[in-house]
Amino acid sequence: MKNTISQRVADFLKNFPPFSFLKQRDLELISEQITIIYKEKDSVVFAENEETHNSFYVVHKGAVALRGNHENEILDMCDEGDIFGLRPLIANENYKMEARTYEESILYAIPISVFKPYALENKAVGNFLIESFASNTLNPFSKSHRGKLYGEESLEADTKLLDLQEVKYSKKIVSCIATTTAKEAAEIMRHKNVGAILVVEETFPIGIITDKDLRNKIVTGEFQITTPVSEIMTSPVITYPTKMTVTQAQIAMMKSDISHLCLTIDGTSNSKAVGMLSKHDVMVSIGNNPAVLLREIKRAKKFKKIKQIRASIIHLLQGYLDQNIPMTLITKIISELNDACTKQVIAIVLKKTETSPPVKFSWLALGSQGRSEQLLLTDQDNALIYEDVPEELEAETKKYFLELSARINKGLFEIGYDYCPAEMMASNPNWCMSLSDYKTKIHHWITNTGKNEVLLSFIFFDYSLSFGDTELVNNLSDFIFEDVKANPTFYIHLVSGALQSQSPTGFFREFLLEQDGAHKDFFNIKNRALMPLADAARVLILSHSVKSISNTAERFEKLAELEPNNSELYTACAYSYKALLKFRTKQGLLHNDSGQYIALNTLSKAEKIKLKSTFKTIKELQEIIRVRFNPSNIL
Amino acid sequence: MGFFTKIKNFIVELWGVSDTSLNEQILKDIDSTRFVVLDTETTGFDYENDRILCIGAIVLQNYRIPIQESLEIYIQQEHYNKATAQIHGILRASVLDRPNELEALQQLLDFVGDSIIVAHHTSFDITMINKALERNGLPRLKNKTIDTAILYKKTLLNSPLLDRKDSYSLDDLADKFDISKKDRHTAMGDAYITAIAFLKILNKLKEKKGFNFNNYLNIDKK
Repeated sequence: MKNTISQRVADFLKNFPPFSFLKQRDLELISEQITIIYKEKDSVVFAENEETHNSFYVVHKGAVALRGNHENEILDMCDEGDIFGLRPLIANENYKMEARTYEESILYAIPISVFKPYALENKAVGNFLIESFASNTLNPFSKSHRGKLYGEESLEADTKLLDLQEVKYSKKIVSCIATTTAKEAAEIMRHKNVGAILVVEETFPIGIITDKDLRNKIVTGEFQITTPVSEIMTSPVITYPTKMTVTQAQIAMMKSDISHLCLTIDGTSNSKAVGMLSKHDVMVSIGNNPAVLLREIKRAKKFKKIKQIRASIIHLLQGYLDQNIPMTLITKIISELNDACTKQVIAIVLKKTETSPPVKFSWLALGSQGRSEQLLLTDQDNALIYEDVPEELEAETKKYFLELSARINKGLFEIGYDYCPAEMMASNPNWCMSLSDYKTKIHHWITNTGKNEVLLSFIFFDYSLSFGDTELVNNLSDFIFEDVKANPTFYIHLVSGALQSQSPTGFFREFLLEQDGAHKDFFNIKNRALMPLADAARVLILSHSVKSISNTAERFEKLAELEPNNSELYTACAYSYKALLKFRTKQGLLHNDSGQYIALNTLSKAEKIKLKSTFKTIKELQEIIRVRFNPSNIL
Repeated sequence: MGFFTKIKNFIVELWGVSDTSLNEQILKDIDSTRFVVLDTETTGFDYENDRILCIGAIVLQNYRIPIQESLEIYIQQEHYNKATAQIHGILRASVLDRPNELEALQQLLDFVGDSIIVAHHTSFDITMINKALERNGLPRLKNKTIDTAILYKKTLLNSPLLDRKDSYSLDDLADKFDISKKDRHTAMGDAYITAIAFLKILNKLKEKKGFNFNNYLNIDKK
């Protein structure tokens, strides 16, 4: 019987081959016979060698992974509109692969008996099926992006170590001196066919001129072509030592947003320039790497595209962990990429929004994303600050930003960030406010501190700017430091909050496991090990009034510098934090979740010992805080 | 409303089994239980004077929704309210071949059988149906019911940071769970959204500590 749902199904199917070749009427008839199936994440649709079902499947929402005889090898990933489980039905054999949902999914099961007559009758449908079977992927139309999506091709063994290889830089330095004219410099560059020329004094680099400088300063007519290069060069030059890996070079370029690095003997601009490294050099030899991904993110025009790139990011992460690349480096790269995804989502939303923002605003990442510690996809925590507006415009302005935020939150959801269960998102009126409203709110937390206010401060104070205006954020940070300084009792609350985190081990030094719920007998690495460290780092760094470091490990490193007598402990904390984060990330990748809960029986003896050794550090750290922020010492 | 009392341990008393084992039993049974997810479009919100225009009902069993087994009935109208026609777009004579109220109810009763009824704001739909049954001299529905509006609240974080709403609309749920709002305000479309939301809620609740599904099964005692 034709009804609203069968029409809804038909409307979806008609966008995808082979259904797109069918007549609307036929498609509706087929849709009436379909069963809609809901599958939780990681549940089996059919197993290898299982007898065939009487239906094949189309993914409506979510994703399904097809795996071959070696369980873990993903042969194909089906997402919206892809068909799977059809060939065995036509070939009359058992399933050759296992189909398991990769995300929570909704599938349409189409009975083969209903579909077969159309496949036989309609030539276009038949051809499509023959082609897709022959190419051994289930949907030839999606074949083109498949390699990129899961990086099978680019992460082959031989390219794996490339990121950690030392860079090959050009040793022939193209240079000129300060009095060379712009015209002469350009001629040298043309002759040597390079995009940048170094300006040297003796052999020390004092500046650099790139194609971009010539374009922006000379071609625009701003300077004469006879101008000496010293007037138009970029100075000082950003220099690095020659011993750097491909990955480090990329980060250096990303960090300063430059296309050329100058390599000197000791890495400073006070030693001899020995080489030049261009972005191009770095990119040429590598396929799936951070810089390429970053460029792809920046070019993405649709959320869906970013979601695909995110799959490559996860793959990259897996590769880095497998190769035991230092955690500091991994977190930097991956958070940089995650950050770029967020930025791009906002950029896309802004582009699609007809009216441009009425005033300046900043988009803040909170929690783990704010601390640049987010490796795997977790929930989104964010907030928006906008410039103060005259009272009569406030309501209108707030409305604008709330609507904008709702679209950004939805976009982030679509690329894989779940909604925050506590609604700590910019689309919530409490987290989308003008600068002065934030100040009022934060002042309230600091002066009327209760349990909730501490909790809010913990999450909020780890913010970092993802997009928009820097001024607003700096202004807010300054306000917070001033206000906290003026109200020292606030520390007492923060400290008691930080000490409240549950201890990771019990009396007999055994692990404390979850008592009930879905994660019964698992170890909660986030609440019991990572949070105590992050909370303590925040209190300490706040007491030193250090701005703009929000990463926990970096905070400890800074603390080690600031308090030489505790430097050993803080260094140990930084190390422990990184080790724990790595644990969590590995577990998360293994189970395709956030890695918050660890099954202890999957850990080796060595891993357990390593885990436990970090707990000792946590205890010592909490002791220091307890003593230092003892109410009687502060007031 | 007052017709429906929440009976926490109804079955516990009846069968003498322990609360937790029953809960596990029911969670296991979710796999095999036949649920009927339904929604009604009505001429208004007055139980006495307003009438059901359309009923959409789908079967949900074993996480599957067979489209063929769904029921969509438009009912012949005596009473008509212009104001609500703007919401659901059902005009008095736009669908031909409509069964009268009695025929529609009989179809519905056959369809529902002894399944557990799931709806968003169950009390409204069930009361509307019961009033219609009464008018036609039929007994009230005896089915167990589950209200997704109430069940959804159980998935929310128990945190002082979260401002909870008193009531969550079907639109709220569709937004939260990323369910397309196409066909919203048609009985069948809403029933479908409710069904998917129900599945997603169950999935979330399975992870919760000490969740007791039983507490959310309502039984009409009257």
